[in-house]
Amino acid sequence: MAEPDAVAPAIAVKDVRLQYGDREVLHGLTFEVRHGETVVVIGGSGSGKSTLLRTLVGLERPSSGEVRIKGLDITKASAREMDAIRKKIGLAFQGGALIGSLSVGENIALPLVEHTDLEPTTIEVMVRIKLEQVGLSGFEKYSPAELSGGMKKRAAFARAMSMDPEILFFDEPSAGLDPITAAGIDELILNLKKAYSMSIVVVTHELASAFLIADRIILINRGNIVAMGPVEEVRNSKDPLVRQFLDRVADSDQDDQVDHLRMFTEGID
Amino acid sequence: MQFVAEVGAATERSVAYVGGLAQLFGKSLWVLFASPLKRGRLLHRALHQAMIAGVGAIPIISLITFFVGVIIALQGAYELQRLGAMQLVASLVSISITRELGPLVTAIVVIGRSGSAFAAEIGTMRVTEELDALETMALDPIAFLVVPKFLAMAVMMPCLAIWADFMGVLGGSVFGVIGANFTFASYLNATRDALLMRDVTTGIVKSLVFGLVITAVGCQEGFSTSTGAEGVGRSTTSAVVVSILLVILIDLVFTTLFYVARGVA
Repeated sequence: MAEPDAVAPAIAVKDVRLQYGDREVLHGLTFEVRHGETVVVIGGSGSGKSTLLRTLVGLERPSSGEVRIKGLDITKASAREMDAIRKKIGLAFQGGALIGSLSVGENIALPLVEHTDLEPTTIEVMVRIKLEQVGLSGFEKYSPAELSGGMKKRAAFARAMSMDPEILFFDEPSAGLDPITAAGIDELILNLKKAYSMSIVVVTHELASAFLIADRIILINRGNIVAMGPVEEVRNSKDPLVRQFLDRVADSDQDDQVDHLRMFTEGID
Repeated sequence: MQFVAEVGAATERSVAYVGGLAQLFGKSLWVLFASPLKRGRLLHRALHQAMIAGVGAIPIISLITFFVGVIIALQGAYELQRLGAMQLVASLVSISITRELGPLVTAIVVIGRSGSAFAAEIGTMRVTEELDALETMALDPIAFLVVPKFLAMAVMMPCLAIWADFMGVLGGSVFGVIGANFTFASYLNATRDALLMRDVTTGIVKSLVFGLVITAVGCQEGFSTSTGAEGVGRSTTSAVVVSILLVILIDLVFTTLFYVARGVA
């Protein structure tokens, strides 16, 4: 089964630009995610990292450039090709995005029920396995509304994994969680990484978790890639923008006080 | 000139809106008949929708149309009494209920119960990224959400309208027995004699179209929801307002057509 696709990177992004109206949000991004690699995209709020994630899974259409998933350019793919690709990827949304009218178990079973011909009993077993993996055994009958934020995220992981995807995407997996739950989620991603040879893309602004789970880090600022490389390389970078982001604990307002003041007076005659 | 431009823009928006409804309906038809989809699951969901939107509406529709039947009988009795034609109360009630009020009152109740719920459900799913989640799982939101609703409403609306006709006549019979010297059996006989099959079928045809329109408007408003809880509220409101407007307009068109057709026949 050594088709040419096997040597193509899991994801290859080439000069992707994306516009909302006449405002460009992504200014020509180029990078690759190799097979079995975990890439963490970090950046502040409004840096374009969530938009990038939505572009990678085909929820946003770039205004120019290529997004190749396993060799197929999804910006030009037909609806049927897109469906085929989507069955090979899983996306865990920031807020879970579990279907509210279905139970947790039905949510996780949904892709299996719709896309496979497996027996209902087989699906039930698979749902239990997935729930066990994310530490939610016994919660199949609960409705999503009955779960806490962290549990929703974990249930969303289980759903993203239900089709045993080759590429897994996480949107802000630890945002809005207490430190202990967040650490648990990092642990979970690390375990998944070890247990399966999935390619994983995580979008986050949590530096600690980024350094912990990443093979490589991509730092995005205002729609541009500022730094990209292995964890240590990014951590030791001397680039001022990288340092500004990494040393964020320091008061960075100090540097751009003039900019800050200008913001109030700009455009006023 | 400004006024003309505004009228033009409003007309263009309306036409685009109705075009959107037609597109939604067309896509649903395609999914239902032409796509390689698991139809069993689809029917299962349609059944679920039919229970909520159809069977769940029976108590309130029964109550309302029963009262409407009584009201029509009472109102009609004023004039009929002066003419000494109280025996016509049965035909007055049966014809106005089956031709007009049964389907219309049913539609308005269903708009309040289900049209608004469709918009709120899909709108909330838009806001919570559930629609995006469906898409990333390679599940078409139209097949998953809209087609079952169309199917359920296409079957349940005519059934509800028939039931509403029955309850309206029952309401009229209460007045007939108490205020107009009918026995229950003679009232039903008078109703049967007054009604033509066409009275009932025109009502059913109308209610089928109402059902499709209510579904299309509710779903379209849901999909076009902007962000936030406020957006969901707005979509729900306009689903109700637009549905009522369209139902009345369609009612007018159909009633005119039926009237003209009767003139020819």
